[in-house]
Amino acid sequence: MRARGIGLPANFFSHYARQLGTLSGLLGMCVVLSVATPFFWTVSNLLNVAEQAVIIAVVAAGMTFVIITGGIDLSVGSVLAFAGVVMASVLQAGVPVPVALAVALGTGLGCGLLNGALITVGRLPPFIATLGMMSVARGAALMFTEGRPVSGFSGSFRSLATGEVLGVPVSVVIMVGVYVVAHVVLTRTKLGRYTYAIGGNEEAALLSGVNVRLYKAAVYGISGMLSGLAAVILTARLNSAQPIAGMMYELDAIAATVIGGTSLLGGEGTVVGTLIGALIMAVLRNGLNILGVPSFVQQVVIGSVIIAAVLIDMWLKRRAG
Amino acid sequence: MTDAPVLEMREIRKTFPGVVALDGVDFALRRGEVHILLGENGAGKSTLMKILSGAYQKTAGRITLDGEEVEIKNPAHAQALGVATIYQEFNLVPHLSVGENIFLGREPVRAFGLIDRRAVNRQAAEVLGGLGLNLDPRRPVKGLRVAEQQMVEVAKALSLDARVLIMDEPTAALTEHEIKELFAAIRGLKEKGVSVVYISHRMEELFEIGDRVTVLRDGRSVGTFDVKETNKFELIRLMVNRDLTELFPKEHAERGAEVLRVEGLTTRGGLKDVSFSLHKGEVLGIAGLLGAGRTELARAIFGLDKLESGSVKIKGETRRIGSPRAAINAGLGFLTEDRKAQGLVLPLSVKDNLCLPSVDKFTSLGFVDAKRERGAAERYVRELRIRTPGLEQKVVYLSGGNQQKVVLSKWLCSEAEVFIFDEPTRGVDVGAKAEIYQLMNRLAASGVAIIMISSELPEILGMSDRILVMRAGTVACEFDAKEATQEKILECALGE
Repeated sequence: MRARGIGLPANFFSHYARQLGTLSGLLGMCVVLSVATPFFWTVSNLLNVAEQAVIIAVVAAGMTFVIITGGIDLSVGSVLAFAGVVMASVLQAGVPVPVALAVALGTGLGCGLLNGALITVGRLPPFIATLGMMSVARGAALMFTEGRPVSGFSGSFRSLATGEVLGVPVSVVIMVGVYVVAHVVLTRTKLGRYTYAIGGNEEAALLSGVNVRLYKAAVYGISGMLSGLAAVILTARLNSAQPIAGMMYELDAIAATVIGGTSLLGGEGTVVGTLIGALIMAVLRNGLNILGVPSFVQQVVIGSVIIAAVLIDMWLKRRAG
Repeated sequence: MTDAPVLEMREIRKTFPGVVALDGVDFALRRGEVHILLGENGAGKSTLMKILSGAYQKTAGRITLDGEEVEIKNPAHAQALGVATIYQEFNLVPHLSVGENIFLGREPVRAFGLIDRRAVNRQAAEVLGGLGLNLDPRRPVKGLRVAEQQMVEVAKALSLDARVLIMDEPTAALTEHEIKELFAAIRGLKEKGVSVVYISHRMEELFEIGDRVTVLRDGRSVGTFDVKETNKFELIRLMVNRDLTELFPKEHAERGAEVLRVEGLTTRGGLKDVSFSLHKGEVLGIAGLLGAGRTELARAIFGLDKLESGSVKIKGETRRIGSPRAAINAGLGFLTEDRKAQGLVLPLSVKDNLCLPSVDKFTSLGFVDAKRERGAAERYVRELRIRTPGLEQKVVYLSGGNQQKVVLSKWLCSEAEVFIFDEPTRGVDVGAKAEIYQLMNRLAASGVAIIMISSELPEILGMSDRILVMRAGTVACEFDAKEATQEKILECALGE
């Protein structure tokens, strides 16, 4: 109400306060690290941070769709590994790079839609369906490769990771592209509108004529497909597809989403917030590394930051509510 | 049977924010009697019993048990005082045995804290035998019939040395034969000196099992009578005879062509062979008690429940409505009873809620045209005078009446021609009520056909052109609004 005079929607501040808060958290961390160490605020290190953020950020974009519907996708890391080894083997069989990319995205999409079918048609809780898929996809990746990595690809494929556009790594460009598209889809399309409506009140959405099953399955498809895309980037970067790749990525992706202000209860959230959340995680890891913090301690710090971020978020929400 | 009351409730008041649910109710229960509590939906029966069972705290008034004043703090406290309640939804653990359920939380134990199973079963068998029941205490509860589960509840209450037993619609799910068994058990309880408060809508039961009856109306007790000295007509009159304080600004719209015809609708959810028709400009009121199948009818027409048989014709054309989407496309709109749980997506904005059923209208190639959408939303906010600081306001922050208007706008925006209102004014303040009635008039005048499900008889009588009364999943009576009275409707709803 207070904002009406200057032509802003009444809930402008409550709507953007969270992202502004997360963003200031990110910037604050950057300032502290810049003061603490001369190595942090350099172009090469910042690009390095962005590159490190890419994989989790791409996975977390899909996770955000899923969590906004009130669901969860625990299978993203395993699907990433499976999509990676499938793509790697077709690449080595000599198919052109664009076809291999389609195979990676298609494999991820297929796994995601299968999750969606189990949840909507099979009426399984998302936690259970994707927990099962987490194990199935991991096992499939290991079976497919007999447990060995698939390595060695052409230069044109590897340029997806090593190449640059105007000095920016290709993978970072891909990530930015993913977030632009995801933001537009969430805010401007029917799919986006229905994603929020289902998470906000599934029953009301159904009674308003939303094909809840279809759109729910679609968000799991999106999540799977983005896991496939993350597999492409990771495989190109390592010049190797590993069946054990992506372990625990689901937790990092969920953490990035939640730090970014998306509610696990559904109905609320933005991909912009998730991107900031993924960057916070990457900056934190990078900073702790530069500062020489032992890796065991790093885990404690990262976990504490996740808890603190959500505590603050909930506290702000209660005050606004 | 002595005349000394085991329980006395005096001048009981209960207010909820903005509502007076009980306004000075007196209620006295004698030892060993079955006391019937009678009243319309919303008269205050449940509230009164929830205060007695500790689920609610009274706002004012006094309760004495065996002459001693008590403050009932919570359900456990009520139980300790000897007040047991058997709800329509049983509180049994399905996987545990009959005996384990009866002694749940106070199991007899042996050395080392081990449960003495044999004692559990022996004591359970004693209690069950005392009820004249031959039920194996070792059987798991989930395999029992509803009536048997109910008897387990009764046994549990007895084993707690209950002085007062509250039974809320105990026969709702029972067969004729099971009711006889239940009544036999209740008579056994009376002989043991247990007093029973019995809530029921079924008149015939009242005269069979009741000793005295207290009638509640609008949160007040109208009177207490010996069952032998009263009759159903007097009781019905006492239940409904009230001042029509609310204003029903009914304007009769011109009745147009038939838009909806329902024939032989039967569902697994409990509808049996429901048929009716609806014309343009008409308000069809649907009355009936809770559980008579009114909401089920709305759900079936709106494509939420599968039809076993029957058909729905819209403007003379048979439509297969298998989903809400199909219903909306056929021109139906459904304003559900529970606005917050089913009508609105609370964390979304006024605009997003308002446009949700008709997003397709504003979408091309998957993209929503925000400008056109905003235009439509603005129009309805203006026309319906929805009080909101802006289109982007989350509906969770609007008042009940304004939320209801947002729901109404959803269906105006989707250009529905048949509106189904399920309890349209529940939880809405008096001013907003009148406004909603005005809107219904305007809708009818514009040629929309309205089905209005309501538990408030004055509303049904005040706003309908025609009235259907449902009972046990089917249409029991049909009245022209001019001929209908509260007594006639209630008689039909009760099955007299």
